[in-house]
Amino acid sequence: MKKMIWLLWLVSTLMLAGFLGYELAYKKEKPNFLIGQSTHGHYQIELACDACHTSPFGGEDVLQDACISCHGDELKASLDSHPKKKFTDPRNADLISVLDARQCVTCHSEHNPDITHPMGLTLPEDYCVQCHADVGEERPTHKDLAFETCASAGCHNYHDNRALYEDFLLKHAHDQTPSPQQLMPSTLKQYLASQRVEWPMENLESIKHHSKVQAVTTAEIEHDWLSSAHGKAGVGCNSCHTGESSENWIEKPDHQQCQSCHSAEVTGFLAGKHGMRLAQALSPMTPAQARQPMQSDAGHAQLGCNSCHNAHTDNRIAASTDACLGCHADDHSLAFKQSPHGQLWQQVLNGDRTAEEAVSCATCHMPRESVDHYGESFTQVQHNQNATLRPNEKMIRSSCMSCHTLAFSIDALADDNLINNNFSGSPGQHIESIDMAVSRDVKHR
Amino acid sequence: MKTTLTLALAAVTCATLLTGCNKEEATEAAAPAGIEPQIFTDSLFAVMKSDRTNYTKLIVQRLGPNKGDFIKPNEHWEDMAEGAPLPAQMFRYGAEGVADMTSDFTYSLQSVWPINSQNAPKTPLEKEGLQYVADNPGKNFYGEEKLGDVTYYTAVYADVAVSPACTTCHNEHKDSPRTDFKIGDVMGGVVIRVPLASR
Repeated sequence: MKKMIWLLWLVSTLMLAGFLGYELAYKKEKPNFLIGQSTHGHYQIELACDACHTSPFGGEDVLQDACISCHGDELKASLDSHPKKKFTDPRNADLISVLDARQCVTCHSEHNPDITHPMGLTLPEDYCVQCHADVGEERPTHKDLAFETCASAGCHNYHDNRALYEDFLLKHAHDQTPSPQQLMPSTLKQYLASQRVEWPMENLESIKHHSKVQAVTTAEIEHDWLSSAHGKAGVGCNSCHTGESSENWIEKPDHQQCQSCHSAEVTGFLAGKHGMRLAQALSPMTPAQARQPMQSDAGHAQLGCNSCHNAHTDNRIAASTDACLGCHADDHSLAFKQSPHGQLWQQVLNGDRTAEEAVSCATCHMPRESVDHYGESFTQVQHNQNATLRPNEKMIRSSCMSCHTLAFSIDALADDNLINNNFSGSPGQHIESIDMAVSRDVKHR
Repeated sequence: MKTTLTLALAAVTCATLLTGCNKEEATEAAAPAGIEPQIFTDSLFAVMKSDRTNYTKLIVQRLGPNKGDFIKPNEHWEDMAEGAPLPAQMFRYGAEGVADMTSDFTYSLQSVWPINSQNAPKTPLEKEGLQYVADNPGKNFYGEEKLGDVTYYTAVYADVAVSPACTTCHNEHKDSPRTDFKIGDVMGGVVIRVPLASR
């Protein structure tokens, strides 16, 4: 009997070890090794341990490299106020001993849901005070402010202060509400000139030389394609549906096919929440996996370029609002159509207003940016929806100030109720940062 | 006999060569082990001061609002079409670039009258050194200090106002604790640190 028990123990131990060992060594996703729920920023890829733990050895340096490999460019672009390089001098040894600002994980540790604050912060909220306790001596206006209000009241961000730094507040302190001045999409000619990509020019005749095209094309597809930007530029079936060999027919081209011409857009997509699973070679994101409320009938949609962009037409209107609302069902999204922004959008669609006044979901969450590429200036859509999402002050310069003053934008974005009802109403509170900057400036003059 | 002579010649040759080798080794062993920390930091400061003065005079003063007005030296230069880094920022970027390449020395620009309070002297030796170079024009300050677990050779050199670009900006800045700087005044100091091997 004893022998049987020992044998059973041995067999079950070996089976368990084999099962876990197989998952650890061979499976991309390792659910049995997840040591705690990850933050809203990483939950989509939390089972792909090697996304962050790129090596079993190396400790904090490995993790730091992993953070920077995904977020480094964004931090640089945000003119990071607290970059690592500000803390490496040995004279900062006392600061580092209190709060090691050289390592991302000092403030953003993962798998700690019980201590995770907004923005993925896992430090007590008085982290600013650790180094800036004496701010009241230089700024009397800051003397009695509560310690947790520095970064939560619309005044400061730890990393990105591009819309919040004092000189910027002063520069825009007395702005009048601007006329809507959005960047308009680049013309096809501008875009093509900027990309320097080449493709075989195709037309309605030439595409039919491919036996597969003859087999699958329909009059509707031909019509859609000819009316689209791709059709007008001669980017035909073969450019997207064939791989390196023209005989290698790709039934459903994915983001990798799009990337060969739309490199920046796909890079942005892969960096954001929609594409980050694909970036880690995981299955595509589906709304069913999301933590936010989603439309129940969209749960199994797999996110790729074609989720928002129809394959053969280039309907930006569908891509910039309808596609979003087809999945997202949180309060903010559901309130869009009745909101002032949604009403404007409808009026533009009806032809009652100019395109510059249109506000779609993408206007704020995937804003157009002016970029220079190979000496050509053109408008590009930021396809990383997270680039301007959190902290939401990142949206002020890229979107809000196209139509609103800085003061209004700061107040509106600090009001959670107003965000939830999609800005139907006025800000319920006033953030005093601009007033403080102006009063200090007046005193100095 | 021939064999004996050959052996003797070989022995003498070897002895000469070996002696020669030993002499060379002895000479090497007697040579100084390295540069004295003070000569090292003095030399580094000479390069830093030269570059800093040139940037301030040749770029900021000549092309900035004090003269040509082609560029706008500003803390937020990255956010301005005509913006240019302030001399203090240019100095810091140099220090940060060096820190990316080596940890054999670090340096920073500090002042007892800083516009940015983070640039005030912090360690006791920094405070003593910054005050010393302000009180003793033309003299440098040298000392040793322990920060964390490491002992450093720390040198402090006066940072002197060389152009109106320095004095105007510091006298008019709303965060400046001192507003009466004149050209030639000590405005702060360059602190250079060299980690010493544990003793």
